[in-house]
Amino acid sequence: MASDILQFILYCVLLAALAWPLGIYLARVFSGEQTFLFPLLAPVETGIARACGVDPRTADQHWTRYALAALAFNLAGWFVLYAMLRLQGVLPFNPQGLPGLSPDLAFNTAVSFVTNTNWQAYGGETTMSYFSQMVGLGVQNFVSAGTGIAVGAAVIRGFAGRETRGVGNFWIDLVRAVLYVLLPLSILFGLFLVWQGVPQNLASYVDATTLEGAKQTIAQGPAAAQIAIKQLGTNGGGFFNANSAVPYENPTPLTNFAEMLAILLIPAAFPFMFGTMVRDMRQGAAIFAAMLVLFLGSLALTYGSEIQGNPIVAELQVDQSAGNMEGKEVRFGTGNSALWATATTAASNGSVNAMHDSFMPLGMLAPMLQMQTGEVVFGGVGSGFYGMLAFVLLTVFIAGLMVGRTPEYLGKKIEAKEVKLSVIAFLVMPLGVLVFGAMATMIPAALASVQDAGPHGLSEILYAYSSGTGNNGSAFAGFGANTPYHNTMIGIAMLLGRYVFIIPMLAIAGSLAAKKTVPASAGTFPTHTPLFVGLLVAVVLIIGGLTFFPALALGPIAEHMAMLAGQTV
Amino acid sequence: MSKTVDTTLFDPAIVRPALRSALRKLDPRQMIANPVMFVTEVVAALTTILFLRDVVTGGAQSLLTGQIAAWLWFTVYFANLAEAMAEGRGKARADTLRATQSETTAKKLAAPDAAAFDEVSSRSLSTGDLVLVETGDIIPADGEVIDGVASVDESAITGESAPVIRESGGDRSSVTGGTRIVSDWLKVRVTARPGESFLDRMIALVEGAKRQKTPNEIALNILLVGMTIIFLLVVVTLQPFIAYSGAFVPVAFLIALLVTLIPTTIGGLLSAIGVAGMDRLVKANVVAKSGRAVEAAGDVDTLLLDKTGTITFGARRADAFLALPGVSDARLARAAFLASQGDETPEGRSVVDFARPLLPGNEASDAAIRSTIAFSAQTRLSGADLDDGTTLRKGAADAVLAWCGTGRSQPLGDMVERIARSGGTPLVVAENQRPLGVIHLKDIVKPGIRERFAELRRMGVRTVMITGDNPLTAAVIAAEAGVDDFLAEATPENKLELIRKEQAEGKLVAMCGDGSNDAPALAQADVGVAMNPGTPAAKEAGNLIDLDSDPTKLIEIVMVGKQLLISRGALTTFSIANDVAKYFAILPALFVTAYPGLGALNVMGLASPGSAILSAVIFNALVIIALIPLALKGVRYAPASAASLLRRNLLIYGLGGLVVPFIGIKAIDLVVSALSLA
Repeated sequence: MASDILQFILYCVLLAALAWPLGIYLARVFSGEQTFLFPLLAPVETGIARACGVDPRTADQHWTRYALAALAFNLAGWFVLYAMLRLQGVLPFNPQGLPGLSPDLAFNTAVSFVTNTNWQAYGGETTMSYFSQMVGLGVQNFVSAGTGIAVGAAVIRGFAGRETRGVGNFWIDLVRAVLYVLLPLSILFGLFLVWQGVPQNLASYVDATTLEGAKQTIAQGPAAAQIAIKQLGTNGGGFFNANSAVPYENPTPLTNFAEMLAILLIPAAFPFMFGTMVRDMRQGAAIFAAMLVLFLGSLALTYGSEIQGNPIVAELQVDQSAGNMEGKEVRFGTGNSALWATATTAASNGSVNAMHDSFMPLGMLAPMLQMQTGEVVFGGVGSGFYGMLAFVLLTVFIAGLMVGRTPEYLGKKIEAKEVKLSVIAFLVMPLGVLVFGAMATMIPAALASVQDAGPHGLSEILYAYSSGTGNNGSAFAGFGANTPYHNTMIGIAMLLGRYVFIIPMLAIAGSLAAKKTVPASAGTFPTHTPLFVGLLVAVVLIIGGLTFFPALALGPIAEHMAMLAGQTV
Repeated sequence: MSKTVDTTLFDPAIVRPALRSALRKLDPRQMIANPVMFVTEVVAALTTILFLRDVVTGGAQSLLTGQIAAWLWFTVYFANLAEAMAEGRGKARADTLRATQSETTAKKLAAPDAAAFDEVSSRSLSTGDLVLVETGDIIPADGEVIDGVASVDESAITGESAPVIRESGGDRSSVTGGTRIVSDWLKVRVTARPGESFLDRMIALVEGAKRQKTPNEIALNILLVGMTIIFLLVVVTLQPFIAYSGAFVPVAFLIALLVTLIPTTIGGLLSAIGVAGMDRLVKANVVAKSGRAVEAAGDVDTLLLDKTGTITFGARRADAFLALPGVSDARLARAAFLASQGDETPEGRSVVDFARPLLPGNEASDAAIRSTIAFSAQTRLSGADLDDGTTLRKGAADAVLAWCGTGRSQPLGDMVERIARSGGTPLVVAENQRPLGVIHLKDIVKPGIRERFAELRRMGVRTVMITGDNPLTAAVIAAEAGVDDFLAEATPENKLELIRKEQAEGKLVAMCGDGSNDAPALAQADVGVAMNPGTPAAKEAGNLIDLDSDPTKLIEIVMVGKQLLISRGALTTFSIANDVAKYFAILPALFVTAYPGLGALNVMGLASPGSAILSAVIFNALVIIALIPLALKGVRYAPASAASLLRRNLLIYGLGGLVVPFIGIKAIDLVVSALSLA
């Protein structure tokens, strides 16, 4: 246990130490300043810009045009991916001869990868050809993450802007996000993974005979490249069905630790990017601190429940000294599984190295809550940060009045328009999780996917819709997601969770960018103090938590109470 | 006015009509303006129907449903009561105002120089009409004096009993309808149609009739509506979730959960807070033309204050006597005292006042003055010739030295120079053509003003002193008064420029003024306070009017604005924080049939599910009543930095909001279960 905690501390320290400089680097990239990669990549960037007919000097877009560009790009990406998945059978690089996907699964999967959710209603090695994996999903892994980073950068520009009209140019931001951030990091990380033993080939699956004499098919493929971007871009879609629990995806303790760092690296860099761009690092550090506090709280709850193990199982004379080991990879154990689960649901990553379905009731509560608060504890690349900014605005608005001034953040007045737009964004999670979840409990076709009776069944439904709406992508294995009903509804939930955040947040950015900046004085509401950090955490917990507490009480909490009472259902 | 009708909080004269008015406000067409309470009213009606159904069908829970329905109606009613009481307090003020506004006869003139007039009703006057008002007449409408000088009793609107002078031209040319001429006559050009006069505006404002929602209030309302929608989703989806869990919960219980979760506390008190804020302003004898201006006052970053009257007493005063070598202080003081007997200017009076305590014994009265020489602007000196032949003179340095017929001696020259350099005015005192010393006259900074500015600085408000003095003098006074900055040799143009410069930096600027030449600056400022006797142009340009004509009122106005915002923020925070306890009261009650284990969430140990739900609903209703005084009086506000205000208010309303309902609900539960109500 002591070594687990030591590892948690090391993880947080390393995360902060890497995120800080990366945030400054991101700020330089998106401010158009020179970076050390500039000499190498600038010609490429200029070439792409010229080919697309974008002049970087005059391309500043109003938020509406920025949003339209992002939506159009994502829509086009969705069409291409949908067509590719449907026509998989006739496309190349398909040594296993896998057929095309059903319409609902193709819809769901295309939405899932375009929205950076990577919810997988399919099993990777049994459904996807190499072509679909690389050209379809692999490309979206980059550009959906790129879209998130670009929108995040645009929103930050709005907060930092001083009476400007535009929030940047989507095309330039997208190219920079991929070229200067995602590609270099993925190449580095991919090479590291190959060195550690992750396969990167186009070979057919290998048949092996096991010691018991059974025949086993060992899947192959270009995994390392996919896994690098799946972690860095908070995608999370596994190359293989069992995701990061598979030795081919996650072979060593070192890859396990590095992949966990990669999951949160870019999302954790965003607060520091923000601090740099608004020219006040304290503001960024405060938001980072709030995220870290929430993260540590979740980790404590998850790890605490897992390490205690299951009292009912303990009564059966099963050793629970290593914690609850059901559904966990023996190589990783409780500590690494709890940390991974917390990180992957804090970020909207969704890759897993253990079965979340088998977690203790309270161990699954924290991951669920992190998704339900809208993936703002670090969150998705870019998207987590602008989601958190919505909470910051709410905090400033509620508490800011208490200092006797019109609430303002970074010198910009928060008025009816910003409140209205934030409220629209805040309606998304209750809609996607509670309304869609409630529908699933009433429709027989939907209920058929639920494996377990009692409160755990409700948890399965809630987890699926939280994961979809929060654009996370992790799932409870017991939930049979690949049905026309859930493929469609979770698809819609993913769209809601992605775009009903992007559009209001860009609108807020556009509105704030145009505003005058009031210089700070002793009368200004301080937004960089520990008090503000505490307040922000409280608002996330109270507003986010209160919304989902009743449903969670009937799911994980009821399950927990039943477990304590010695009941199995 | 405030002196005459300051009401206590629960004055029966206000509460009684408010009780009736709150009932009238239950009309859904009125309620829809307040979405949170409208939702509460709708579900109260729904619960009532459920109750009636249960009574007819003999449902088991009918008694409990009936009680829940009743308390939901109380919740709505209490919110209406808060608003009605705030309006009632305003109405009480308005009624005294209206008494002065009764119809009068006006002497309408055909032309400015016409001798004859028609007697018409004051209500028939329109803008541009000329009227003659004579001794004893009530001025029939707001207007501008075009001819004549008169003393006017404005006590009806200002509460100030001493009559004030109104005359044509200059900065004292505006008169208000409903005030009375005490002596002489005025010819007035009417500037407001009946029903739109200053007094009408004031009445409408204090009655809350024309109150428009302020920008912050609108934004807050949106947030409250958003939270209501979210909690509606929570409660509506809870029914299928509970059904999935194999249990059943009566609709009335879910409604109880909804009403306790939606922000009824702030939703119910929001409009009362706004009305009461206006009322506080009126109590301070300030009339706001819009609520927006009051709110903006809370946001002010820079205060422009006129030096004279605000920071210093109007006139210069004696501050020190500096005797020349060989002259005793007492001798100088006596000479100054006697020489100033003929000086009736405020400066001269101040020399007399300053000298009196310095005189040795009764020497002053011993000296027999044969004749005094009065101060005049031409001679620039005053003096006294005594019985014993002594001649004393006091005045401007060059005038007195000319009288002495001598040049400046070295020490005298130094003293005069030093005083002038420090921003003061040197007066030389001479006896029998021989200089004795110098009187140091200076602007005296009002006592306590320095502390006020320090307070403002702590609140983050920058103060800028505006003065016509030269930069040297201005700097000295600015330093002494502790203002942050000053504008010397101010003209209307550079005043306007200063405001624009501050605004370009994103700051909100407040100023006060009275003259016509202040009008552009008043209009430009975000908060412009016009003095009541000021010119119509100034009153039109400002967005607030101070009836007391007290320039320091600006500070008060900033405080009222801040208090208004703080009250809203504090109650919002309180309202949201309350939800935590309500969850712990109601959820275990709802879920315990589905999962008995969830009874562990009943941390308050409430007696029964029914009692828990009823207690939460009762608490939710009573807390509105309990907070009415806070809403009407405003949250206590002491000037402090934003950081310490936040800490304090968070502790009280945030933490308090978390803890209080746990205690309150438990206490109510004890009563409810003792009386076996549920």
